[in-house]
Amino acid sequence: MSTAGTQGQLLAPRRSPEVRRRASRARSARSRSVPYLLAAPAIIVIAAVLGYPLYRLVALSFQHYSLAEIISHKTTWLGIRNYQTIFTDSQFWTILQRTAEFTAFNVGATIVLGTAIAMLLRNVSGWVRLMVNIAMVFVWATPVVVAVTIWQWLIDQQSGVLNYVLTHVVRAGNFERHDWFASPLSGFAIISALVIWGALPFVVITLYAGVSQVPRELEEAARVDGATSCGVFRHVIYPIIKPLVLIVTSLSVIWDFGVFNQVYIMLNARPTSSYYLMSIYSYQESFGVGQYGRGAAIAMVIVVFLIVAAFFYIRQLLRIGEIK
Amino acid sequence: MNTSRTRHVLANIGGLAVFIVMIFPVYWMVATAFKSGSAIASVRPTWFPTHATLANFKDAMTRPFFWSSVRNSVVVVVATVSVSTVVAFLAAVAIARFKFYGRKAIMVLIVLVQMIPLVALIIPMYVLLARLHLTDNLLGLILTYFAFVLPYTVWMLRGFVLGIPPELEEAAMVDGCSRLGAFFRILVPLVAPGFVATSIYAAIQAWNEYILAYVLLKQNHETITVWLASLTTLRGTAWGTLMAGSTLIALPIVAFFLAIQHRVADGLTAGAVKG
Repeated sequence: MSTAGTQGQLLAPRRSPEVRRRASRARSARSRSVPYLLAAPAIIVIAAVLGYPLYRLVALSFQHYSLAEIISHKTTWLGIRNYQTIFTDSQFWTILQRTAEFTAFNVGATIVLGTAIAMLLRNVSGWVRLMVNIAMVFVWATPVVVAVTIWQWLIDQQSGVLNYVLTHVVRAGNFERHDWFASPLSGFAIISALVIWGALPFVVITLYAGVSQVPRELEEAARVDGATSCGVFRHVIYPIIKPLVLIVTSLSVIWDFGVFNQVYIMLNARPTSSYYLMSIYSYQESFGVGQYGRGAAIAMVIVVFLIVAAFFYIRQLLRIGEIK
Repeated sequence: MNTSRTRHVLANIGGLAVFIVMIFPVYWMVATAFKSGSAIASVRPTWFPTHATLANFKDAMTRPFFWSSVRNSVVVVVATVSVSTVVAFLAAVAIARFKFYGRKAIMVLIVLVQMIPLVALIIPMYVLLARLHLTDNLLGLILTYFAFVLPYTVWMLRGFVLGIPPELEEAAMVDGCSRLGAFFRILVPLVAPGFVATSIYAAIQAWNEYILAYVLLKQNHETITVWLASLTTLRGTAWGTLMAGSTLIALPIVAFFLAIQHRVADGLTAGAVKG
């Protein structure tokens, strides 16, 4: 940047000081606009393709909007009626609570298991670590639609491998022809297992990167001073990986609260209402029932929840100086 | 000494258990894809496909809409990747190389936008595209994918640009290179590996996406994930065919992903690990 100025001075020795000043002002105005010009296409696309629909989502949530309105291009303003309808519907509260519990359980399990595996990887031989890493990358890369299909096959009533293993290998009882989706609780157990299985790779790889930065000497010194394994983790390792844990947790909350495919495809695109999560509820209300306005109001609740989680994520990024 | 060795052995056993639990579903997909119909249908699982057959792959590839959905996915992926990488790179240079008013706001915006769930935006997007008569049109889908991959690709490329010392460009300019010349002769070639990683990331996102494609496209325009899910959701499924189809869909992605996986983790946690 400074070199551009030097060049300019070399090129303009014969001009009067006034002309030179004006020229340099014009040049600096031009160079000041460069970053804006560079960022403009991206900002415009984000604003047009994400920002505008988001605005339309807010508007829709205050309107009566069904298939007829899509065709006629006319809308009726309802004010907060959509919100009144959903908030006075007991189903909404049931689903919100279910989604909160689903998110809390999955995030908790993912973070605890992920941290445990990351700690485990510190103590294993190199070849074991390599194998675990390869498995993690394979799982991470598997498309969600494919993952759901695989799990449907694993739990298949007739010849699924899970029922066979539980009956004949673990001998946990008779699981022959067991239907995992007969009760929502066991159905959600399967869905959670699938979600956690899919989420672990990112968490493990990220946390292991953090854990492996803790110097061995620090851990050994703590052990010499009589710290237990638990104490070493709490007082030596956790403080170092804490920022990472916070980021990974808030990302997991954001992802798990919005889970859609794992439920929708798993239940063959026809989930019964006892399997509704907020995302499915919003989707069904819009595309199933054709009440786009009400579906938008439900989606708004999801957005508000996620903004809260995103706030923690961004604050953490600001705190570690990544955005500066 | 003895206790530390026991701990090491126990850790290895635990590590292997993790390996088996994580890899098994993936292994089972590939193994099933090569099994014969009778081996799949039997209650007693065949742990290793001894009589491997390619019949399932053949069946998957001759199912209706397989090739058309592959073609649609490839079109969508190529269009999304090529446009988003260029646009994202310009923005990445802006926020990595320049100090300007509003820079921090743009960065927060880019991170924040990534948090908006697809599910929430499907409704207005469907309504808008239905009005523009762009549903059941690949262009509408490409446009939405473009916007969805953009924030993260900007973020990822920014990391690559930051990794290249600005002194290199300054030195080139001292040697008589213009600003634009330094940009094309120094920065662009040095960021090339970043372009590769970012394009692969965008390609994976576009290849794997399901809901938008499902809502916005009809059968003659469906993408590969929608094709697979539609096979899945028909009851009385042919598992061999499904697993062969799944393998075919996952294969290119797994290969690409192996190439960039550490970059993705770095990008999401935004380099929080660096010393």
